[in-house]
Amino acid sequence: MTLSLHIENLSLSRGGRRLFSGLELRLEPGQACALTGANGSGKTSLLRAVAGLCAIDSGHIAFGAAEPAAARSTGLHLLGHLDGLKVSRTAGEELVFWTGWQGGTASAMEAAVRRLDLQRLLDLEVRRLSAGQRRRLALARLLSSPRPLWLLDEPLSPLDAQWRAKALAIMAGHLTGGGLILAAVHDPLPLATLALEILP
Amino acid sequence: MSAALQLLRREMAIAWGRGGGLMVTGGFFAGATLLLPLASGPEPERLAQIAPGAAWTVLALSALLGLERLFERDYEDGALDLMAHAALPLEFTCALKCLGHWLATGAPLALLAPLAAIALGASPALAPLLFACALAGGLAFAFTGGIGAALSLGARRGGLLTAVIVLPLFVPPVIFGGGALDAFTAGLPWRAGFALLGAYAAAAVALGPLAMAAACRNALS
Repeated sequence: MTLSLHIENLSLSRGGRRLFSGLELRLEPGQACALTGANGSGKTSLLRAVAGLCAIDSGHIAFGAAEPAAARSTGLHLLGHLDGLKVSRTAGEELVFWTGWQGGTASAMEAAVRRLDLQRLLDLEVRRLSAGQRRRLALARLLSSPRPLWLLDEPLSPLDAQWRAKALAIMAGHLTGGGLILAAVHDPLPLATLALEILP
Repeated sequence: MSAALQLLRREMAIAWGRGGGLMVTGGFFAGATLLLPLASGPEPERLAQIAPGAAWTVLALSALLGLERLFERDYEDGALDLMAHAALPLEFTCALKCLGHWLATGAPLALLAPLAAIALGASPALAPLLFACALAGGLAFAFTGGIGAALSLGARRGGLLTAVIVLPLFVPPVIFGGGALDAFTAGLPWRAGFALLGAYAAAAVALGPLAMAAACRNALS
């Protein structure tokens, strides 16, 4: 699936409060956009709106040639602070489940496990993992089922310096392969080609 | 399809461990059933009379256990986000979650219900019908219970709220099943009550997931 992300004149409210209005963004294959803004400015809400999880007030979110429903169900990955991993299950069980759920392959999953150095963690319960290890597991979920659009919420925050660099390399590889990244960040994202600041 | 099977397997594994597990639901079921003779007196004739109804009522209450966690954990840890934008429609996902809950807790309880009724003095001839009622009723309890669990997403003390929402929905199956059991004991035609129970379970399976998915989307947005 090839897709691009076109956001036109988007307005969004949460709990009766207008977060932003008139937001515009055009993201084409191979491009990354760093989304910045103060705490509570609506970065996460924008990512969730793109994923179709929260309703918008007005405006359009389009995915280029792809149908919105198809793009959302099989064309994008959402990675936030809530990573969807069950603390009572082992890392391996969760990775296998999400890979299958998102239509990934076993070989892609094995490659992702090697790339994120998770071999020794797979037998541990998710509750035993540190925040950084959990984030690596969540990144492995993204790599296990290739999808063009990555919506990332603070993707680097729990990672140490070494893994930040590796995660950036993974994201750069995704862009080289024609992927798109929309990432909410506080620190500058070195590989971003676009920047969007949410202003109230 | 494999995604659906994997979800079912995951839901069963989680339901098995989710403050449920058969030891807990089964233990609750046995304990609550044993309270009855202590409260109503040990005369065998009286106990035998109320045994099927007692087993049936306790079954309905046991079905509430673990229900509040059916969607709540997935809501809290973000798994519901990932399930809401997936190839599988959310309605189908909700149905699979309820089915997994029923397979892990409701179906094993259906085996315990006849045992409990016989232990209280009910006739062993009643066992097959009670088992069938508990299977169909358990399905109805799981799928109507899922509606309550989804509606109380995000509420504090969601478990209590779930029970309050769900207990009125449990009334028809309890009446139909109890009626069928009574009629069978009295030697009267019992098929109508059982058929109504089956119809209610079928309606719950068909319509419940629509309500659950709508409630989940509302909670997520």
